[in-house]
Amino acid sequence: MVKLKGIAASGGIAVGKVYYLGGDEFCILKKRISYEEISREIYRLEEALIATRKEIVNLQKKISDELGFLEAKIFEAHLLVLEDRVLIEDVIQQIKKRVNVEYAFSQSIKKYIDILTNIDDNYLKERAADIKDIGKRVLRKLLKKDFPQIHELKEKVVVVAHDLSPADTASLPKDKIIGFVTDIGGSTSHTAILARNLSIPAVVGTEVATQHIKGGELVVVDGFEGVVVVNPTERTIKVYQKKSAQIRRTIKVTFAPKTLKPQTIDGKRLVISANIEFPEELPLVEHFGAEGVGLYRTEYIFVGKTHLPSEEEQFKAYYNVARKIKPNPVIIRTIDIGGDKFLSRPEVPQEFTPFLGWRAIRFCLARPEIFKSQLRAILRASTEKNIKIMFPMISGIEELRKAKIILQECKEALKKEGKSFDEDISVGVMIEVPSAALTADILAKECDFFSIGTNDLIQYALAVDRANEKVAYLYEPAHPAVLRLIRDVISIAHRNNIWVGMCGEMAGEAMFAFLLLGMGLDEFSIPPPRVPKIKRLISKVKFSDAQKTVDAVIKLSTPKEVEKHLQNILREILKDDFYTIIGR
Amino acid sequence: MERFEQEIIVGNLHGLHARPAAIFVQIANKFDSSVKIEKDSEVVDGKSIIAVLSLGVSKGTRIRLIIEGNDAEEAGRELKKFLESNNG
Repeated sequence: MVKLKGIAASGGIAVGKVYYLGGDEFCILKKRISYEEISREIYRLEEALIATRKEIVNLQKKISDELGFLEAKIFEAHLLVLEDRVLIEDVIQQIKKRVNVEYAFSQSIKKYIDILTNIDDNYLKERAADIKDIGKRVLRKLLKKDFPQIHELKEKVVVVAHDLSPADTASLPKDKIIGFVTDIGGSTSHTAILARNLSIPAVVGTEVATQHIKGGELVVVDGFEGVVVVNPTERTIKVYQKKSAQIRRTIKVTFAPKTLKPQTIDGKRLVISANIEFPEELPLVEHFGAEGVGLYRTEYIFVGKTHLPSEEEQFKAYYNVARKIKPNPVIIRTIDIGGDKFLSRPEVPQEFTPFLGWRAIRFCLARPEIFKSQLRAILRASTEKNIKIMFPMISGIEELRKAKIILQECKEALKKEGKSFDEDISVGVMIEVPSAALTADILAKECDFFSIGTNDLIQYALAVDRANEKVAYLYEPAHPAVLRLIRDVISIAHRNNIWVGMCGEMAGEAMFAFLLLGMGLDEFSIPPPRVPKIKRLISKVKFSDAQKTVDAVIKLSTPKEVEKHLQNILREILKDDFYTIIGR
Repeated sequence: MERFEQEIIVGNLHGLHARPAAIFVQIANKFDSSVKIEKDSEVVDGKSIIAVLSLGVSKGTRIRLIIEGNDAEEAGRELKKFLESNNG
């Protein structure tokens, strides 16, 4: 039995078998094989190479259909690597020295990657990435026999990975997963957000989980305490099962009824809506009593695929959401590709600082054909009149204007084609870049609403990459700079007669929600499981108290002082409910 | 058995990187003869993309082409033409 400590990213307790998801790094053990096994290992190598070749040829064909013949040429070097005599001979020589094929192959690939990366030449460095990609594909084929594909599993599993990219999670069957454990990431990492949205227990930032877990073991995931127990004893399992049952009972008590209105004691009515990404999350919106969707992320339709989704494919996805959420509104965020979310490689180059790079609205304006297909699909899905559009990463008024011109072109084209849509569709701006926050008065005059994206706003305002473990401690929602930006954006919006929502994690933290209430935030868009807690908080406090708290807090100088002050005030107001509402 | 050996200055725009290297290897593999490239006294298999790439041949580099086998003359002519061309 091994106990690992990480960050509690999503509450809940799960006991189950591990499905190890190897990302870039595979766990490959060196095994000594017998003389009789040599020919079998060489045969397995050939099989894997042939299977990979088929895969690449198919991929090449797809890319050629979608993006053109020249783009598909990229894979020619891939294919040559698969047939490469020097590489294959090198692997076979190792196997003949009685080493298993997985190990031999990964060593040879590694050797050539090292040679190519060490030559001071960007072209060759890129070729090294190709060889790495090929290596991964072949290893996946070789390892398939040892690890069944997750789609083929009959039982539900705990997914363990070094890190999960949005492309990984997009392709996971969410109904097969009962827990997440990762080596890296913090409580705002992609995995953490996804887990909370799906109400699946998760422990992230364990640093060493994949060193202790290889796949197939039994584990306990305690998403409350941030603990993972590998190969637990019977007794440990019982202890956790008991704890799980107990917590489930108390949570039921603290849950607000679905029908509870998010209204303060002194009569201020708010809107609490849900952040969603995958269609699997749709039932949660109603289940937890959210009033519509305040952030519908659309990247999952684009990432982890080798082809671009058609307008029709997108229309179906958007219309499905609009129809199910009706009569409540759905705010669709146009694609936020880039940052940590990528299309397949030929489309988007890797960048050194992707969060400052070619992403979101910048990507969309540069690739109007992709942007238009999405806008047309959204417009066509808007016939129920409950869809609003929101543009991410707007950094100045010119981007908003350009985006609106393209939207107008799409509307006119649809009119000509005789297709119906909501002509008065609302257009909102995500306030997540400090320059947008500081020019909110300019933006407010040309849009219908704001939605403050705190996850990015905080990292840009404080210059902290939240995925970087070394600086993650600086990521502070309670930083006075962040609080001032948010307060000002809200009051500027109200002065210009538009409403403001927030779709960052911050709005779902009860302590901050109280402060945001005081600043006048109109809409809180949060992970569905957080809805009951925030509703309950709102129903137990006075708007006037929250306003007074803002005045006091804004004068404080450090995040710690802010949090301490908020806790003291809320402890006083909520009394016995403090722990159930404020605790994670 | 034929033998072709000649010094060549690479004219391809990007040297023997990426696509040019891929095309070179594809041409080399059409022939039965062995194809070797020598650069700074390092000799590699010209039918291997990895080997050719790891040689790091940029435009203007002087290399030696060594081809042995039944169709060495023809292979030599075609590969030389490709290396000296400027359209890679």
